[in-house]
Amino acid sequence: MLEFLDPFLKTFETGTGFWNPLVWATALVIAFLAMYILRGFGNKQFKTGTEQTKAFLSGNPEYEKQQMHIKGSNMYWGFTESLGWLFHQLKKMHTGNVSDYVLWFVIVLAVLLLVVGGI
Amino acid sequence: MNTIDFLLMHAPALIVATPLLGAFLTPLFGKVHARLRSGFVLLIVLLTCLLVGLLSYDIFITGGIHTYVFGAQDLTLPVVRILFEVDAMSMFMALISVILALVAVIYSWAYMKDNTGLDKFYTLVLLMTTGMLGMELTGDMFNFFVFLEITSIASCALIAFWTNKGKSVEAGFKYIVISTIGALFVLFAIALLYGQYNALNIAVLANAIQFTFVDRIALVLLVAALAMKAGIVPMHMWLPDAYGRSPAPVTIILVGATQASLYGVFRVCFTLYGDVITLPQVSIGWIMVLLGLITILVGVIMALLQSDFRRLIAFGAVAEIGYMFLGVGAGLAVLGAPEMTSVGLTAMKGGIFHIMNDALDVGLLFLVAGAVYYTTRENSLDRLGGLARNMKYTTVFFIIGLLAISGIPPMNGFASKLLIYESTYQLNPVIAVIAVLSSIMLLAIFVKIFYSVFLGPALPQFHTVKESPRSMLLAMGIITMIILFFGLFPDFVLTTIVEPAVNALLGYQEYIAQVLPGGL
Repeated sequence: MLEFLDPFLKTFETGTGFWNPLVWATALVIAFLAMYILRGFGNKQFKTGTEQTKAFLSGNPEYEKQQMHIKGSNMYWGFTESLGWLFHQLKKMHTGNVSDYVLWFVIVLAVLLLVVGGI
Repeated sequence: MNTIDFLLMHAPALIVATPLLGAFLTPLFGKVHARLRSGFVLLIVLLTCLLVGLLSYDIFITGGIHTYVFGAQDLTLPVVRILFEVDAMSMFMALISVILALVAVIYSWAYMKDNTGLDKFYTLVLLMTTGMLGMELTGDMFNFFVFLEITSIASCALIAFWTNKGKSVEAGFKYIVISTIGALFVLFAIALLYGQYNALNIAVLANAIQFTFVDRIALVLLVAALAMKAGIVPMHMWLPDAYGRSPAPVTIILVGATQASLYGVFRVCFTLYGDVITLPQVSIGWIMVLLGLITILVGVIMALLQSDFRRLIAFGAVAEIGYMFLGVGAGLAVLGAPEMTSVGLTAMKGGIFHIMNDALDVGLLFLVAGAVYYTTRENSLDRLGGLARNMKYTTVFFIIGLLAISGIPPMNGFASKLLIYESTYQLNPVIAVIAVLSSIMLLAIFVKIFYSVFLGPALPQFHTVKESPRSMLLAMGIITMIILFFGLFPDFVLTTIVEPAVNALLGYQEYIAQVLPGGL
């Protein structure tokens, strides 16, 4: 009776493996339901306006909210700092100058002419 | 002949003619009333979607090729004629183009409503749609060049649409310089082929091509110029400028225009040079794999450094183009080796499937970035924050886009990337490792946006920010629905539209046989 659903329910074959997102999605829904139920138990003890809702910063005073926001360019600071040499080189490539853009095209063209064109 | 058959017969021409005619009628409707104009543009795009849907259904179901002749029917006479040759690959790309155009038009209602010159804006949007569709449906090299030019000129005007912003005008200037140089080389390559074979039709040329020295030069010129238009590293630098500075609905159509150029690369390699591209001395497949890997790495690394919301997504989009090039290039590299046929086919399926997924995922993220800019007038990740409180639906759309572009299950990006990972692993595990690690980095990068834009404490300057207008939510909702559908039913999408497209790309003999010998 529900044969029209068959094409939608088929498992996705990748050649050496398979993937069924519906199974995954079902598992996710069950996991979220379990989380929601667990959260419900905790919620009974939760009281707003008490110590429970205050941030604990190892005894230090809490800053103004907007001062505590980590800005985009501060994220992954350690990563970008340690790989600075690589980022620096790549940034140098991106000059924003349109004549450099054309130069890169000419370089790729020359390499392709050498490799494929057999010049 | 009933109406459907009549429409099907003329659909290749109507798909291009409808937005073209609509483009020139738009200013007339604009003279009457702005709402009438917006309604008319939507009607035109919906009509084009309907025609594309109808022809797609026929081609994907029957697996056939539609041809449409403009001009003389008889090939033997020395007459001028242009031929449209539409196969499953063409329709796959046309589907992407019309989905993006439809979403862009709906999104523009609210996003562009405070701007002047909207008659010109919508005219250019329809012209750009015409150009993309023409590039995808034509079976003629010179005609391809003409549509490439239409797309480029309309795109340039739209990128620089905010003429009061210097950076937008600069991005438009850069785009037209790059486009003109690219188009010039495409035209030169076409002239070389015409000089050799006295033909412009792709099928006729594909049948005649000998892979002489001049043919090789033409191949290099075509691949390099179209790859630059597609944003392949190191010729990608125009892309973050253009994507980052144009209005959000323009960016999403630009994604389609970029992919139309990518389609051009694939059509040239697989159909025009289909007979010779798999020869061992032709290393274009491996070159594509290498360029794909470099594109992924540079795109991801540069994205990590950005603090501008839209430029960051633009570099992410560059990385995604690399995945498509990698998948299709891997397929092309092993096509000549019989023992690797199934691996190559899987890689190609992944690459082609990823074209659709990338258009949807990147498109959604750009629409979200546009919605954030619309409500806050801010693009800097350093100044944004805490918007999830005020923009709940937009936040959900961003999360879906984030998961999809990073290839997290069960989103659509996962299915296509899985095919690419598995197939490239069998070619060389290092390729797959780089691809997987880059995807993880993409996730980290988009988590950075999610945190800095939507999470964190409520910032006082954004207390009055409201949710995006309904038309913008509707546009984002349409794309989200398609993403979820493609993510949950990947096998259905793969067998219905991706496999026919891959088979069409590989079946250059059928493409030639449709026109030759003397069929039309």
